[in-house]
Amino acid sequence: MPQLFHRSTNTLARLSIVIGVLLAGLVLGLLLEANRTPFVTRAYVAREQPVQFSHKHHVGDDGIDCRYCHTTVETTATAGMPPTKTCMNCHSQLFANSPYLEIVRDSWRLDRPIKWTRVHDLPDFVYFNHSIHVNKGVGCSTCHGRVDLMPLMWNVASLQMEWCLECHRNPENFIRPKSKITEMVWPPKEPDPKEFPNGWNQAVDGPRLVREYKIQPKDVMISCSTCHR
Amino acid sequence: MADAVKNQDYVDPRPPVVGPGLDFRSITQKIADIVLMRGFKKGWVFGFAIVFLGSIMLFNTIAYLVLKGVGIWGNNIPVGWAFDIINFVWWIGIGHAGTLISAILLLLRQSWRNSINRFAEAMTLFAVACAGMFPALHTGRPWVDYWLFPIPNTMQMWPNFRSPLMWDVFAVTTYFTVSLLFWFMGLIPDFASLRDTAKKKWQKILFGILAMGWRGDAKHWHRYETAYLLLAGLSTPLVLSVHSVVSFDFATGIVPGWHTTIFPPYFVAGAIYAGFAMVLTLAIPVRKYYHLEDFITLRHIRNCCKVMLATGLIVAYGYLMEQFFSWYSSSTYEMFMMKNRMFGPYGYMYWILILCNILIPQLLWWKKMRDNLAVIFIICMFINVGMWLERFVIIVMSLNRDFTPSAWYMYRPTIFDFTMFFGTVGFFLTCMFLFIRFVPMIPIFEMKTLLPEAQVDEKKVEDLENGKAPVGATPLPQFGD
Repeated sequence: MPQLFHRSTNTLARLSIVIGVLLAGLVLGLLLEANRTPFVTRAYVAREQPVQFSHKHHVGDDGIDCRYCHTTVETTATAGMPPTKTCMNCHSQLFANSPYLEIVRDSWRLDRPIKWTRVHDLPDFVYFNHSIHVNKGVGCSTCHGRVDLMPLMWNVASLQMEWCLECHRNPENFIRPKSKITEMVWPPKEPDPKEFPNGWNQAVDGPRLVREYKIQPKDVMISCSTCHR
Repeated sequence: MADAVKNQDYVDPRPPVVGPGLDFRSITQKIADIVLMRGFKKGWVFGFAIVFLGSIMLFNTIAYLVLKGVGIWGNNIPVGWAFDIINFVWWIGIGHAGTLISAILLLLRQSWRNSINRFAEAMTLFAVACAGMFPALHTGRPWVDYWLFPIPNTMQMWPNFRSPLMWDVFAVTTYFTVSLLFWFMGLIPDFASLRDTAKKKWQKILFGILAMGWRGDAKHWHRYETAYLLLAGLSTPLVLSVHSVVSFDFATGIVPGWHTTIFPPYFVAGAIYAGFAMVLTLAIPVRKYYHLEDFITLRHIRNCCKVMLATGLIVAYGYLMEQFFSWYSSSTYEMFMMKNRMFGPYGYMYWILILCNILIPQLLWWKKMRDNLAVIFIICMFINVGMWLERFVIIVMSLNRDFTPSAWYMYRPTIFDFTMFFGTVGFFLTCMFLFIRFVPMIPIFEMKTLLPEAQVDEKKVEDLENGKAPVGATPLPQFGD
């Protein structure tokens, strides 16, 4: 009877153990890492909106404060989407006949809200509250990025739990003075010497603000029920 | 004793563990033929068709469950654990007999384990697979079941290492892995036998790959025996630990009826009890259908019966102690729980349980009953049902009436609870049917060691070592002959 297998089969069989372990590790690692890619998180992917609203124009060029439209950000859980009325404050006069704004005028005439596409959508089992963050010195751009540079909106954060915990574990690395909450560029390149006579040093000023704003100790900040109730 | 063994007139009063008239060749032939035969036996096809329908029922139920969520089951608040966990514990328990037979009886050098161990190990594997389905699906979101394992993830979250549910994940996955390794290791020499017996080329190649280059070398055997013994040593604590951990799921909770220190030993005994009942439930028909009376002898069946009798009594002691504890605790809730268990709305279940698990198996005290296969089979069916009811009594009846009467609620299973449960029975039997047909269900090489020809005669060995040729033997060939 001839040999069933060539003698190289022995080597192949031994190699297959090493290769198998490496391959399994590689596949597992890739799967885990794939979860962090924009393919899953949709970070840096601009979303189409019913109206081509540009934060770049309104924030960057016009310098409108975030809170002019997102009025409830300091007092409630949601930052608040502006009603059409807010748009019409200006656009009843400016670009009043622009075809781009037909949908806005329709919404105004028919008293029907515009259906914006949500960009930052947290899972429903997370009880996120904007007001506590804004009132404890977490600035808009810390999470939402340079909105003043976005023609259409996208998220810069993964919105995954590891991202939340990054700050909840070490808030001193991200915190800023409450007066600078809506500042788009933070930390400032050249701090105003009147406001910050010693300049801004996150390593020193961060922990100081954490104490000053009475931010909860770490065990509270990362306890499950802080965000999941 | 030693003298008695050496004495040629000494006769073992027990019937032999392998039938008469078999030799090395006929053992291989008889067992390998079941695997290598062309086509299928009619009875096998018929049975397979039925159990395969059961599997299909299971897969459909699972598909619907994933689509709709666990709301299709009867689980409610407060009865958050019901059929899902009952079935999980029931199946895991059944698996334990396989490990006991293959590991503990190996270490105890019980030669009667050798024909039923492969069979029982396969049963363990399939039972654990069925068991694993329930916790994996009862989470409601099986696609995030990887949360159960400590894998670095985007949530930076670890399972709660203080929770027995997490230990359970470790216990069951370890158990499955070790059982699979043990089962496959034992199969390697037999796959080699099949490779050498097979006529067709593809069969030779298939079994050749599975045999992993086994040539029956002395070195191979030496390593095999060592590895097998090591694995047996690894599995032995698992027999005790896995079901202990399963019992912690309940015992660490404060629910009356769960919060008992006797749970671990009582669960382990129950598991072995249920497992042996399942081994016999499967072995008795298979033995008859494939005419394996020479391999699975009456002695095997009698021994299984004795193990069942012993573990059944431990379980009965457990029931008794539960009663005692609830009285001795003087706790209103514990005492109410026991009253509810016996005379509450599900009380009849408790009495059927006592009948199935404690009263009927006492028949096994009689030797006549231990020799009557039909009676044994029926008793085993009662035990299978009884052990399922035991988990119902513990899980549902503790939850549906706990501390606050305003939170009480009755539990009623839905049709999907039943299709899921009987579906796993179908799936389990499908796997068993495939195993019986495509894998040697009795270890060929281990049976050979039981033959009289394979026994070492100490006198002859001594003579050979002293350079004396045994009487009547042809002289050993010498170099240069």
